Amino acid sequence: MEKDTTTQAPITPDITDSAERPTGDPDFLQAALDPGRTGPVQSGEEHRVKIETRDLRIFYGDFEAIKGVDVTLRDREITALIGPSGCGKSTFLRSLNRMNDEIAGTRTEGQVLLDGESILAPGTDLVSLRRRVGMVFQHPNPFPMSIYNNVVYGPRLQARLSRTEADEIVERSLRGAALWDEVKDDLHKSALDLSGGQQQRLCIARTLAVGPEVLLMDEPCSALDPTATFRIEELMIELKEHLAIVIVTHNMYQASRVSDRTGFFLLGELVEFDLTTKIFEDPEDERTDAYVRGRFG
Amino acid sequence: MRRIRETFEEQIEQVRVDVTRLASFVVEMLSDAMRALVDQDEALADKVILDDDVADDLDLHIEQECMRLLALQQPMAKDLRIIGTAMKVIADLERVGDYAVDIARSAKTLADEPYFKALVDIPRMSDITIGMVRTAAQAFVRADLGLVREVIEQDDEVDRLWYHLLDELVQYMQQDPELILQATHLLLVARYLERIADHVVNVAERVSYMETGRFEDLALSHTASWTETEEGGEER
Repeated sequence: MEKDTTTQAPITPDITDSAERPTGDPDFLQAALDPGRTGPVQSGEEHRVKIETRDLRIFYGDFEAIKGVDVTLRDREITALIGPSGCGKSTFLRSLNRMNDEIAGTRTEGQVLLDGESILAPGTDLVSLRRRVGMVFQHPNPFPMSIYNNVVYGPRLQARLSRTEADEIVERSLRGAALWDEVKDDLHKSALDLSGGQQQRLCIARTLAVGPEVLLMDEPCSALDPTATFRIEELMIELKEHLAIVIVTHNMYQASRVSDRTGFFLLGELVEFDLTTKIFEDPEDERTDAYVRGRFG
Repeated sequence: MRRIRETFEEQIEQVRVDVTRLASFVVEMLSDAMRALVDQDEALADKVILDDDVADDLDLHIEQECMRLLALQQPMAKDLRIIGTAMKVIADLERVGDYAVDIARSAKTLADEPYFKALVDIPRMSDITIGMVRTAAQAFVRADLGLVREVIEQDDEVDRLWYHLLDELVQYMQQDPELILQATHLLLVARYLERIADHVVNVAERVSYMETGRFEDLALSHTASWTETEEGGEER
């Protein structure tokens, strides 16, 4: 069609206007996208550094299980460590409260800093370190005693407690571990009578009782059924309001569900460490990509 | 484990193939609709209207397949991005089919009386638009960012033709109210084509996300840079 431009001015907008399209009020967008969420940390959001490792190397005899890991773990975040069996993730985890010291023939080089202070320095008080950096293991391991005594066992090693003080610690810790409502009428029953999931939460309560700043969890749900697993995951999200959590898990979906940041270990190397969304949506390293897509080996 | 993952890869590949099938199908609908309009072929227009059910079924089938893979395979990383992209892209493609039906309906309305003027710009616009759908589908299958850019660039030409036609057809209507029915439908067709091009730009943006992992408003950044160079230049 021919166009006769002499008759009148075009009624159409200048198409370059589209460059000035409003892109949305950022505050409104933020409010719409973020209604008080307690989800994972976002890019650019950084909590205080809690633990830092520098060129951390761990040897079992001649075997170098961890090959120079530099990583920063932050307060009030959940960090997940993933990787195939034997990749060194549990060894790394245990180094954060020196549990490797309990394994004969282990040697550690490099630095592990807790709040900026070395935990590897000679003369470090291991009891106090493990109180600050508590650990929950793969298989629930309650002591063969009552629920009540399981929880106050640790605090009683540190101080003489009055009955009221002990009661308070028991209630606070069991509430913290989301177990209180289920056991409050049976506190003096044997811990071994609890279900697997309850036993694991009891172990978390036992750790919480001594007031840790960091919680290390080594495959805490691998012996639990899906419902109990979900409970623990919810609990982790609640607990991270107060402390730093580092979890080793074989379950990638668990890592993607609960954690803020994820580290991928392979053959003793920390291949990639980033926001969890980044690791599971668009990892940088092709080894990470192959692992999270289940294309490994 | 390995075998399960191999099957999974085949299933993802099948999703890609199905998306291309949907793209080819709506391209065919669109070119049929345009032919029906230009040739004033009512039967062909009817065929396009019926074809819409096929496009809808295909869209639904792909969506179900993607949901199944999400539920059963819990895809991660690139796999997740491919499936997420497929789900977004098919919605845009299905919409292209809907617009083809709209064009076919206008073609039916205009089938009885001769056009007051030979159609030139509208077929030109549809050629570009159809090309864009094809290119975007290829970009998806080949994961080709070069093709993504091509699609984004072509959208500018479609926008220019749309504004040109808008001015022109309004003038015709002002000059001769007898032309209002025809001109209005032609204007609608031009608008549908312009909308199709925008949906195709969405497709291109998703393909870019699928490849790079970044969500970007490519059309906006493209137009912005285009404006900048235009301002320094002579005419628009």
